[in-house]
Formats: sequence, structure tokens, C-alpha cells
Amino acid sequence: MRKGLFYGLLFTAPAILGFIIFTLGPMIASLVLSLTDYNVFKDQTSFIGFDNYSRMFSGEDELFYKSLGVTFYFVVLRVPAVIILSFFIALLLNMNVKGRAIFRTIIYLPSIVPAVASAMIWMWLLNPDLGLLNSVLSWLHLPTSNWLYAEGSVIPSVVLTTLWGIGSTVIIFLAGLSGISKQYYEAIDVDGGGWYSKLRHITIPMVSPTIFFNTIMTIIGSFQVFNEAYILTEGGPNNKSLFYVFYLWRTGFRDTEMGYASALAWVLFLIIMFFTYFVFKTSKFWVHYEGGGRT
Amino acid sequence: MRISKLRLGAGYTALIIISGMFIIPFLWLIRSSLMDLSQIFTMPPEWIPRPFHWDNFQRALTFLPFDTFFRNTTIIVFSVLIGTVLTSSIAAFGFSRIEWRGRDTVFAILMTSMMLPAAVTIIPSFLGWQKLGFYDSFYPLIVPAYFGGGIFNIFLLRQFYLTIPLDFDEAAYVDGATYFQIYMRIILPLSRSAIIVVALFSFLASWNDFMGPLIYLKSDNLFTLALGLQMFQGTYTAQWDLLMAASAAVVLPCVIVFLLGQRYFLEGITLSGLKG
Repeated sequence: MRKGLFYGLLFTAPAILGFIIFTLGPMIASLVLSLTDYNVFKDQTSFIGFDNYSRMFSGEDELFYKSLGVTFYFVVLRVPAVIILSFFIALLLNMNVKGRAIFRTIIYLPSIVPAVASAMIWMWLLNPDLGLLNSVLSWLHLPTSNWLYAEGSVIPSVVLTTLWGIGSTVIIFLAGLSGISKQYYEAIDVDGGGWYSKLRHITIPMVSPTIFFNTIMTIIGSFQVFNEAYILTEGGPNNKSLFYVFYLWRTGFRDTEMGYASALAWVLFLIIMFFTYFVFKTSKFWVHYEGGGRT
Repeated sequence: MRISKLRLGAGYTALIIISGMFIIPFLWLIRSSLMDLSQIFTMPPEWIPRPFHWDNFQRALTFLPFDTFFRNTTIIVFSVLIGTVLTSSIAAFGFSRIEWRGRDTVFAILMTSMMLPAAVTIIPSFLGWQKLGFYDSFYPLIVPAYFGGGIFNIFLLRQFYLTIPLDFDEAAYVDGATYFQIYMRIILPLSRSAIIVVALFSFLASWNDFMGPLIYLKSDNLFTLALGLQMFQGTYTAQWDLLMAASAAVVLPCVIVFLLGQRYFLEGITLSGLKG
């Protein structure tokens, strides 16, 4: 095709410029900032090498390890919960039940609710004195909980509120499931296998690329949780929900220590890259690609 | 596939229970937004407001200047939407219908930004906008949409464009059409549904955005609905009737947009996940 390069660059110029201005540039700037003690309210900024990083890892900043621990706990709890629950719901939706479209709408609808509104609804549902959940629990003579207000239950409670929004993960699973050819299942029927062998030997291997995709996206998203921390818990009680990005925001924008906050951001980036890489590496053991060994 | 009656029944029951759990928060929101405080707090909880307190909405929405917040949100959302649709559809064309050296490498590099946590870029971006004098204005929230509209949207449209046969373009070239004419007359009309998907995602993303306005907007009169709602919550901790009315008012436009474009949403998510 004629004049390809010129027109190709012309059409993609806004995107390429946008990448340079809003991603690459800030990335480099952030890396440089992370090596300084830049603070909006200080007159002088000096280059301090890796001091910010050693401040984190030496334990001088206790909140760094604290927020890291909180976030890991959240990720470890949330990622399996999201994947298993949404896979289960997708399996149910994939059966040819009547009213499938209505169920699908109901499951998806919560994921479009603005985070602030969703937080508000959950604060009220989980209200220890008058909220719906505790009313139901006490009506059933089950122990109630302080949910977001107790150190032990705050993270599981936040996980619970985010499970309301798993709709798009369910839909992606559903797309993966509907791509499986019926013939495979018929083969198992002929062999006399039941639903378990279908799930184990056909469904799971065939949707493993989708499981892989959803797992990576959920990990990346869970590490960056912010709105819930800001609105629901403000990091409390007693820093038990001091999510990493919330701590970063507080350091950079409330305490205006932007140099240190940039270092925090880079550590987060490396952690996310590490986990993504790790899942990629293990994927060849459990992700099945039709038509051969693409990894 | 044969599914036994028993298993279908069990699956059906599970679906009903799960959907019930997904819908209860909505019902709780609606019933709380229409009750007076004394009925809200009755134990065990009641579900039907007696009487319906429609005035909750009026009281909640006039307490803070929600009309200003609504106007601000609308300005931001539609400016972002136009920029996103315009530039992402053009960029996706350049990444799929024009052949040029290094195209796929450039696209792959751009795709890496999807993995980058927003936290990494947010501080330098903030400082940059502040230097330019645009802190406490809508520009930092709107302008980036005019530079590609987000790699995810470009990816989505590119996926869609790739399903359109290249023969169409070839035929047009033979007739002497330019790239821009092909984009306008062939690709755009054929990808209407994908464009709608991008528009819908863009609408929701900026309507729901919380961190952006939180960082860039300082003056009350520039606040968006999300910020306003959060501010409301800070002031009225225990006024659950008004809080729920305000929340319902913020949720409603999203629900309407979703129900109108439902078909496209499901298509769009499917499109984004398939190539994972």
C-alpha cells in the first residue's frame, strides 16, 4: 500500500503523542523524582540517591510494610474469591436456563455503579447497629460483626463489597465458555463420564486462557485498590486497611512528600510486574491453548 | 449437551439465590432513599416505605449544589467521550488498516501502558498540570482523552476493525479513495456497534472517576457528582435517608445508560476478553 508510513504515523500520532506525554514522560519523571526528597513545601530539593528506597525497606517507615501487608492480604483473599465466584456464576449462566438474559443483567448491573455510591450503599448495609446484614444475622441468631469497623474483619469486608462488582469478569468467563464446542462434551457422554469429568477434563482446560486473562487483570486491579480505602475505611481501624495506593496518595498529596511517594509508586509497579511475570511463567503448566503449545 | 433435570433445578436455584444477593443492595438503596429516618431504623427492617418520601430527593439534592456538580460532571463526561471516540477510532485505523514499518511494535509498546499502575504517573502528571496553571480546572481530566483516548479503547476498536475484510479497502483504493475517506465511509459505518461500546465505557469511566477529580479539583464549584457525594457523606454521617437518596440520584444515570446500551456492553466486554 502506498505512502504507508506517513499516513500510518499521521493516524496514530495522537495516540503516540499521548503515550509520550501522559505515560512515558511521567514515568521517567517519576523515576527521577523517586531519587529526590522533593516536597512541595520545602524550598530546596536535592538528589538523594536511593535513600527513599532504603527508608522503605530498612523498616524506618513502618507504614510501608504495614500497607504492603494489608494489600497482600487483600490480594490473596480477593483474587481467588473473584475468580472462583465469577467462574461459578458463569457456569450457572452457561446452562440453558430460562431467563438467562435477566440473570446476566442482574449480575452485571452492580459493576456499573459508581465507586462512591457503591461504597455508600455498603457502608449502610454493613452498618454494625442498623445495617441489613447484622439485622439478618441476629434474626437468624447468628453472631453479628462490626464489619468495616473491626481490625479483624475490615479487609474481608472490603473484599465482600468488591465482590458485588464482579460482573465484567463473569461476562468474560461466559464468552470463554460459550466458545467450547459441544462435541467435546458429547465425547464424554459417550464415555459415560459425569459432570465432574466434563468440568475437570473439558471445561477447565478449555477456558484456562480466560482464567489466565481474568487472573492477571484481577491481580493488577486488586493491588491498586484506592476508592474503597478512601471512602469506606480511610485506612482504619488502626491502619488495618491502609491500602498501598491509599498510603501513597496520602504521602504524596496530603503530606506532599512527592519524592517519597514516587518511590512508593515504583515499588508498586515492580511488585505488579513481578506477579504478572510469575503468573505468565506458571501459565505453561496450566493454560491450555487449542492447537498446540503456544505459551 | 444433556443436562439432568436435577442438576438444572439445582443450578436454577443457585442462580436465583445469587441474583437475589446481587439485587438486594439495590433494593436496600431504593427503599432507604424513600423512607423517613424513623422507618429506616425499624427492626426488623421494613421494605415498603410508608409513606413514600419523595421529598428525600429534593432535600438531599438541594442541600449541596448538586445541580452544579451535575453540570460539571456532564461537561467532563461528554468532553472526554468525544475525544475518546474521535482519537481512539482514528488511531485504531492507523494500527490495523494501514501497513507501515514498525506498526505492530509501536502498538505493543503502547499496550504496555495498560499494565502500568496509575500511581506511577499521577504525581508527575499532577506537577505538570500545576506548572501549566491548570490545577483546579477540568483540563487535566479532559485533555488526555484527545490523545488516543486510552490504549484499551484503541485495542478494542482495533480488534473490531481486524474482523472487517481488507478487500473493502482494496476496492476503495482502486477507485482512488484516500485513507481518510476509507476511514470515514467504510470503517466507521461498519463499526458502529464497537464505537458505541467505546462511548459507553468512556461515559461510565469518567462518570465514575473518583481519583482524578479528587486530585485535580479543589474548588467546590468545580466538583463532580462523585466528589460531591463523598463530601455529602462526610457532612451527614447518620442521615441514611438523604445519603441513599443522593446515591440513588448518582447511580440512576448509569443504570439508564446501561439498560439502553446493554447489548453493546456485553458485546464489548466479550470482545476485550476473547483475545486475552
